[in-house]
Amino acid sequence: MSPPIISLAQVSKSFGKSGASSAYVAVDRLDLQVARGQLLALLGKTGCGKSTIFNMIAGLTEPTSGTVTVDGKNPFREFDSFRGKMAIVFQGDRLLPWRTALQNVELGLEMLDVPVGERRSTALRWLGTLGLKGHEHDYPHALSGGMRQRVSIARAFATDANILLCDEPFSALDEMTGRTLRAEFVKLVRENGKTAVFITHSINEALEIGDRIVVLRRPANIAIDLPLTTTTPAAEKEAIRTQIQTALAA
Amino acid sequence: MTMPEAATPGTSGWSAAIGRRGLTYVLPFVVVAGLWQIASLFFPPFLFPSLVDVFKRCFDILTSWSQLADVLATVGRILAGLAGAFIVGAALAVLMVRSRAVNDFLSPILTLFQGIPALSWVVFAIIWFHGIEPRIFFIMVMTTLPAFTFQVLSALQAMSRDLMEMVMSFRPTRTKLFRVMIIPAILPDILTAWKVNLGNASRVVVVAELVGATGGVGYELLQQQQLFDMAGALAWTLQLVFFVLIAQAVLTFIESIAFKYRAVSERSL
Repeated sequence: MSPPIISLAQVSKSFGKSGASSAYVAVDRLDLQVARGQLLALLGKTGCGKSTIFNMIAGLTEPTSGTVTVDGKNPFREFDSFRGKMAIVFQGDRLLPWRTALQNVELGLEMLDVPVGERRSTALRWLGTLGLKGHEHDYPHALSGGMRQRVSIARAFATDANILLCDEPFSALDEMTGRTLRAEFVKLVRENGKTAVFITHSINEALEIGDRIVVLRRPANIAIDLPLTTTTPAAEKEAIRTQIQTALAA
Repeated sequence: MTMPEAATPGTSGWSAAIGRRGLTYVLPFVVVAGLWQIASLFFPPFLFPSLVDVFKRCFDILTSWSQLADVLATVGRILAGLAGAFIVGAALAVLMVRSRAVNDFLSPILTLFQGIPALSWVVFAIIWFHGIEPRIFFIMVMTTLPAFTFQVLSALQAMSRDLMEMVMSFRPTRTKLFRVMIIPAILPDILTAWKVNLGNASRVVVVAELVGATGGVGYELLQQQQLFDMAGALAWTLQLVFFVLIAQAVLTFIESIAFKYRAVSERSL
């Protein structure tokens, strides 16, 4: 069995002065491994520390204690070595307002010094895949919320990174648009053989997306860890839903 | 039967609106010029010269190379001073944003500089420097440096943290981070800073040249004062006004190209 691509061992993160009564513990001795090619849904209530875990895996923040490794390396200390290997889809679209949709998708490729012609054709291909043909030269303000989120997904996929981190990317969209984009996202992840960590606070979303669901308690630690497959029968999914609801209520 | 004009308000309505707007802008200048011209009929030329005389002097300045060279020298001093202050100010602002200690150290010093009058810097420059150009450059830099530094600092601090995190997630090199994120994000504030400082610099340069130069608009103004030549004084002043108007128009043109990405609301403030 291959080693996990993402590993968190006894990871804690607190904000404020360590040991002080005002220190806020966001993550508490978390052990979590994500296998290569797995689509993990990380589920928890608002404020349970999901985004802190996300930021530690992304290398944007450092754990207070414990170790985080991604592909055998420390993502915070060896930040630059993950260039092109990890892509993020954020909660908001976070498009640069001074760039067109095409230029926004090209952003990650620019960081990788991909030649202009190649990065343009790659960006155009991804915009086409996500149904944005004809909007390549539109600025973000001229696009709808759903279209902007599609651009941000295209931006993440364009770099062909092996690991995708998604922080509630569809939570701000209406139900119909969110469902369509979720289905497209899962299809693209599976077709392209990516490893994805998908953070959500929606049980439905977790059941639709994940081939494994980890439910977090507060401060972030694993409450339950549930494997899923695309062939999991509906009745079994309902049982899982009840299990998740119980865990979240506790 | 012909339709009444009110039934087709489109083009004629817009042109009337543009005409009204143009008149609103021009009218105050026309009134001031008219009052001046009337005053010139009742007062001696050394107090209120005729506008015809003033425009003749303006024409002379623009068509005589020796006089135009004075205008260009002043323009060069303004631009050099602003460029120097901007480069130093931007560098200081980056250092201040990167280090709290540097920020704590420099902020009071720059605030202190802001409180020193332009004329005091002129006196210091005359005492400290020998040549004319270093003196004027020093005065221009010292009087505009604090404003540039604080404006760039404020722009850097106001950058969206979300967008910064997004760009950082792609692990950019420092140069690329500046090119794709920091410069486009702070450019609107930088252009505003240039617009504000341009007006300040054009006022300060006259003071600097008045006291410590042997050429330039300030020096020429001093000559006109000694000759009691009001038409000349006005004509030389107008050269600076023209320069500020042209420079502002260039900055506005740059803004219209660089910020075309901005959404325009149909309902304005």
